Amino acid sequence: MAEYQNIFSSVQVRAPLYPGTPLPAGVWKRQTKGTFAYWLGWIGDAQIGPIYLGTLGIASLLCGFIAFEIVGLNMMASVNWSPIQLLRQLPWLALEPPAPSNGLHLPPLNQGGWWLLAGLFMTTSVILWWARMYRRARALGMGTHVAWAFAAAIWLMLVLGFIRPLLMGTWGEAVPFGIFPHLDWVAAFSIRYGNLFYCPFHMLSIAFLYGSTLLFAMHAGTILACSRYGVDRELDQIVDRGTGAERAALFWRWTMGFNATVESIHRWAWWFAVLCPLVGGIGILLTGTVVDNWYLWAVKHGVAPSYPQVFPTVIDPATLPGAPK
Amino acid sequence: MRSSALCASIVASAACLVIASCERPPIDVVQHGYRGVAMGLVYDPRTLAAEKAANVVPEASPQADPDGPPATAVYKNVQVLTDLNVAQFTRIMLAMTAWVAPADQSCAYCHNGADMSADDNYRKVVARTMLRMVRALNSDWKTHVGNTGVTCYTCHRGNGVPAYVWYHDPGPKNMYPLAGWKAGQNAPATSVGLASLPNDPFTEYLDDKPANIRVLATTALPGETGAYTKQAEQTYGLMMHMSTALGVNCTYCHNSRSFGAWDTSTPQRATAWYGIRMVRDVNVHYLEPLTSIFPANRKGPMADVAKVNCQTCHQGVYKPLFGVSMLKDYPELAGSLHPVAATATDEAPAAGK
Repeated sequence: MAEYQNIFSSVQVRAPLYPGTPLPAGVWKRQTKGTFAYWLGWIGDAQIGPIYLGTLGIASLLCGFIAFEIVGLNMMASVNWSPIQLLRQLPWLALEPPAPSNGLHLPPLNQGGWWLLAGLFMTTSVILWWARMYRRARALGMGTHVAWAFAAAIWLMLVLGFIRPLLMGTWGEAVPFGIFPHLDWVAAFSIRYGNLFYCPFHMLSIAFLYGSTLLFAMHAGTILACSRYGVDRELDQIVDRGTGAERAALFWRWTMGFNATVESIHRWAWWFAVLCPLVGGIGILLTGTVVDNWYLWAVKHGVAPSYPQVFPTVIDPATLPGAPK
Repeated sequence: MRSSALCASIVASAACLVIASCERPPIDVVQHGYRGVAMGLVYDPRTLAAEKAANVVPEASPQADPDGPPATAVYKNVQVLTDLNVAQFTRIMLAMTAWVAPADQSCAYCHNGADMSADDNYRKVVARTMLRMVRALNSDWKTHVGNTGVTCYTCHRGNGVPAYVWYHDPGPKNMYPLAGWKAGQNAPATSVGLASLPNDPFTEYLDDKPANIRVLATTALPGETGAYTKQAEQTYGLMMHMSTALGVNCTYCHNSRSFGAWDTSTPQRATAWYGIRMVRDVNVHYLEPLTSIFPANRKGPMADVAKVNCQTCHQGVYKPLFGVSMLKDYPELAGSLHPVAATATDEAPAAGK
């Protein structure tokens, strides 16, 4: 029996190459025969492939590659095509959206046009990949839970880069493609709209984010702790619960009086993960369109507490008579 | 085993790289607001020690005899320091030599040795405007400089040109025309504390056409403010400069729960508000009018004069020279502009706001 008492699986199970269930006639063949990778066997299944790429997969990779190239070549052009400067400054470089004053008009290529194109190709790539996830799940006779979870992430991406800018009437409200630049954008966005921490949907999103990590730790910890009783063989355990699953359930009833079932824990995890970007996206969508200053909104609705004054009263100098302009 | 040792060494060197870009503990945190609201001033004691050593006030020269003939009666072409007597005038000239002129040039740095009253050296004309400026700052900008005041030394520190000045930025040259637009940001620029924020906040806010620095909405629901996130990035850029220039973090002035709210801010924010206007006044009314006076080698790539920002005086310290007043030892630099001097014929226009 495999033991999971380490970060890595210490035992690798090697079966003969398994190409997967037979495919219906008329669809693409799976590519390559498959092989084994010892190192990947440490963190997952040692069998690599065969992979099913298909029309959607190829179209998605192509669009993704075009988006990647547009961003990358623009970054390189911004350092005068110097490969060394590209490496040195990479975290600072970005492909910027058009200036806010440009509105929703088509901007010149080198003043946000490339950004619009990169966004178009990236979005196409991601949506094609989503369709691929959906179709592959269906082809295997699976549910489409993974595709819908992925859709929750796509929702947040579209709100930030497409839907909200549309509602605000300018592409300039969208996020740049870049490492530090998108982080600085996030900080400036929160400051501009009076601190996103006071947005209740942001609060919910954080709760689901941290909740996801908590659930992940509880579930993974439970399963690893009972793997010595074969609890990781989930299929067997769902049909015919063995002593491992009983111990896992008992442990949680002992410690908190309630336990998820072998099946329901995955519903918990799925919903927490999905709700994180889903409610986050709602919060972003409301920012600037419905609420302009979350701090003032929170003061108005009694969410933000007030604290005792420790400094002499500070008055906005611009409101004082005779203030310099 | 060899490969795991390799793995470990790669992880260790990556960790070293990450840690090397941080400041090592211990870091001092001083409470600066109500308890529990994360209003803390963060100081690296090692940086602070270096700043203490680098920001020492030079010993003051003995006070001048208050009696004696007025400087105007003895010297020709005195336009600003008209209210001083000869001893006071000489004292301040010697002080300026020590604070600004290179040791090997002394008086000749500004003056014509054959005729000390001549205005044929551009530095003398600049110095006259600077004296006018210092007096105006000490009398009209007490909202920012308080009674501590400023002297030539606050900025110059022994240099002919203060160490921290700025010029208009022409932007990157010979750029590829079809791609690579940076939108004035996305470079590791020291002007904004190495952030990727818009990196010329000085032209934006400290010059003659200041952009609107206030980007936060003043109402909970959408109203009239309508600033874009990009504008918030510009304001943020100036704030990064101020933070670097003063060696302080955001909560020195702001309660970060709402950067815009005045009623939860610290009194330092109001001082800084006047500071921004004071810097603008210096640039627009004292330095830029000297554009025709300065030689080309003293100008920036866009033929503009050196201008000041927060760092010019502060030099990394929350109060220049840690708040030690040199002005009390040099009362010659205090006081308002003499009314006669304000109308004196001079290339530079008189001070005003």
